Amino acid sequence: MDQTLQKMFKIEHFVVEGLHCPKCIREIEGTLSENTKIKNARVNLSTQRLAVEWRPDVDTSVEHSEEVISALEKIGFKAFPFNTSQIDKEGEKAARSLLYAMGVAGFASANIMLLSVSVWSGDDMNETTRTMMHWVSALIALPTAVFSGMPFYKSAWGALKGRRLNMDVPISLAVILTCAMSLFGTYMQTDHTYYDAVVMLLFFLLTGRYLDQKMRSHARSVAHNLMSYKVSKATLLHEDGNTEDIASEMLSPGQIVQVIPGGKIPADGIVISGISDVDTSLVTGETIPAKVEKDSEVFAGTINLNGTLNIKITATSGNTLLDEIIVLMETAEQGRAKYVKLADRAAAIYAPLVHILSLSTFLGWFLFSNIGWEASLINAIAVLIITCPCALGLAVPVVQVVASSRLFKSGVLVKAADGLERLAEVDTVIFDKTGTLTLGQPELANYDDEDVTPFNLELAASLAKTSSHPLCRALIVACHDRDIPTIATKSEIYEEPGMGLKATINDLEVRLGNREWCGIHASYLPNNRYSELWLSVKGAKPVLFCFKDRMRQDAHDVVGWFLRRKMKVIMLSGDRKDVVEEAAEELGLSRYKYSCKPQDKIEVIERMKANGDKILMIGDGLNDAPALRAAHVSISPSSASEISQNAADFIFQSQKLETVVRAYQVSVSSRKLVFMNFAMAAIYNIIAVPFAAAGLLTPLIAAIAMSLSSIVVTANALRLNFEKLYRSHEP
Amino acid sequence: MDGLIYLIPAALFLGLLGLAGFFWSINHNQYDDLEGASYRALFEEDDIAEELENKEKSNPKEEH
Repeated sequence: MDQTLQKMFKIEHFVVEGLHCPKCIREIEGTLSENTKIKNARVNLSTQRLAVEWRPDVDTSVEHSEEVISALEKIGFKAFPFNTSQIDKEGEKAARSLLYAMGVAGFASANIMLLSVSVWSGDDMNETTRTMMHWVSALIALPTAVFSGMPFYKSAWGALKGRRLNMDVPISLAVILTCAMSLFGTYMQTDHTYYDAVVMLLFFLLTGRYLDQKMRSHARSVAHNLMSYKVSKATLLHEDGNTEDIASEMLSPGQIVQVIPGGKIPADGIVISGISDVDTSLVTGETIPAKVEKDSEVFAGTINLNGTLNIKITATSGNTLLDEIIVLMETAEQGRAKYVKLADRAAAIYAPLVHILSLSTFLGWFLFSNIGWEASLINAIAVLIITCPCALGLAVPVVQVVASSRLFKSGVLVKAADGLERLAEVDTVIFDKTGTLTLGQPELANYDDEDVTPFNLELAASLAKTSSHPLCRALIVACHDRDIPTIATKSEIYEEPGMGLKATINDLEVRLGNREWCGIHASYLPNNRYSELWLSVKGAKPVLFCFKDRMRQDAHDVVGWFLRRKMKVIMLSGDRKDVVEEAAEELGLSRYKYSCKPQDKIEVIERMKANGDKILMIGDGLNDAPALRAAHVSISPSSASEISQNAADFIFQSQKLETVVRAYQVSVSSRKLVFMNFAMAAIYNIIAVPFAAAGLLTPLIAAIAMSLSSIVVTANALRLNFEKLYRSHEP
Repeated sequence: MDGLIYLIPAALFLGLLGLAGFFWSINHNQYDDLEGASYRALFEEDDIAEELENKEKSNPKEEH
């Protein structure tokens, strides 16, 4: 439905990388305005997106969006097509209706306050005028209570139907009862009505809620942008040999795609021709590339390293790796739904307490005095009004807004609404290795070997310079680090896919590649621990270059930080024993598990959960996705696979792991602040309730008490901005 | 106190006017891009046209 609507208006959305300044807007909009097919192009700097509206006579198809992308590329911007998802739109709709409700409540509270102030200060006001003021207030307040209170009534009704209590139950009850009592009072021409308190309560609460919603939808949209950067095109190979670029989502089983070296494999499938190495680290956590040839199975998301592959797609039906992972994720999801939010837990204690207090006020007055049932009821409702959970309703959202925006500045996106609460409870941290503790990039490991001389490195680099293979690039990086010149040889270089490179230098044949390519027997320097490259020069001893995945700079510091706080830190990796053991030793970790399949990771988590451990899972690979869902709370780096990012509660954008510690610190402090806010709300109630129960409450006191408590709670939350956050030591 | 008969409706009318303005701004996506709009105010339409002309003159091949 939405898609047809989008087609009708012919608007296409793009995410643009690196939009910063006003000049970018001008350049992009100016350049696109020259295209005669485009009616209007508009850049949104806040969301980093571009909306292009095509002229009505242009028929929309993939080719046109290519035009926009290439036009932007010419002026130095990278753009990606962006699909607005259903979730995005629903979030936007929710934010908009909250904004409407807030606007109405704001209008109402300002106007009613004007009337109320004149009633409070007008001692000489006669009764008729006062009653008229009350009726005007009722005229404004009642429709407002119906319209602006709707979000609360709906949620309260939902909770009651499910036989639960949430914060919206006491809020709704207070709003409805206060309105009813004020209306009764207006009708009976009494002195006191509380219309101003009702609409002010709604206005405060809606403001808090709107900000909370806005912050989260902002984080989600940034996360969504990050994912768009990963959208990949697939090259479809037709039977007549022609190729066509189409979006990966458009692929269907049975089609044949061509994947060039360095390209991402777009879907699960079987190789029908070609030989290459495939980097599967994002899927299995395994660091050594796997060799594939005809009839090998390959998985979506893995990267083809050095040979062109033609792949017949098998995915979307049957038992693909992805299906298996999705099933695992769904099962894991069910375990988590039991979590009850802090605010709702507070409400479960608070609501019955307040209602009992109010009931005993009524009974107390009714049975032990002679003021009659009407006055007793009015006193009972006064208790409800003064205990109106304004501060309590704001306690959580305000803290969350401040915490999320603080984390946003540190590069952490808070995706889940209750993520911060859950993170604060954590006592066990589980790390994935490849791509999480490590950067997922190979680095030369055996530079201490006597064979790895600057001369050999330079010679190897002269061949490696031309290749885009990750190991070759790692070799070049290693040379740069040691100030060894990397100049490509002038002689012709021949590259054999899946094997290596060959060139003739000074009449000697030089080869750089795998063991087989260099003709080295398997028993010579056996190695199944590192990724390897061999350099062989005819007549000379072959040289072995070993590569291992590089640790993130501050992985050691961060692991140490958690260990010092007596938390259990565990590493679960899909990689082989030797590699995992070495990494554990480097990090000072005593608990780890190697060769883990996705099921194994879940099993470990479930077992620990059964022991009452609250687990934080940090992982990036597709194989981590079910574990991310199963854990109490989860964090992914922004380099993670799309499915993992969807599964995680937080995403961090930095190269450093220190952001994980920061997220934890902020969550712990915000939990402290939430409790402090609850405590303040309680103290305020303890002071105020006796007044109300004694029948001494006036509307002026109610209004002052409510605004004061809200301001105190908000100011308290802002203290989070002054908290000092962890910074890892530079190596 | 007779003045109130005019003053209260007048105050309410003005308030409603503000509310209507607020709704209009929500419906017309005025809050969608709070950053970009502040810069847009500084653009001169003429400048953009001029710049583009200059660009075309300097490398005419680039635009198709």
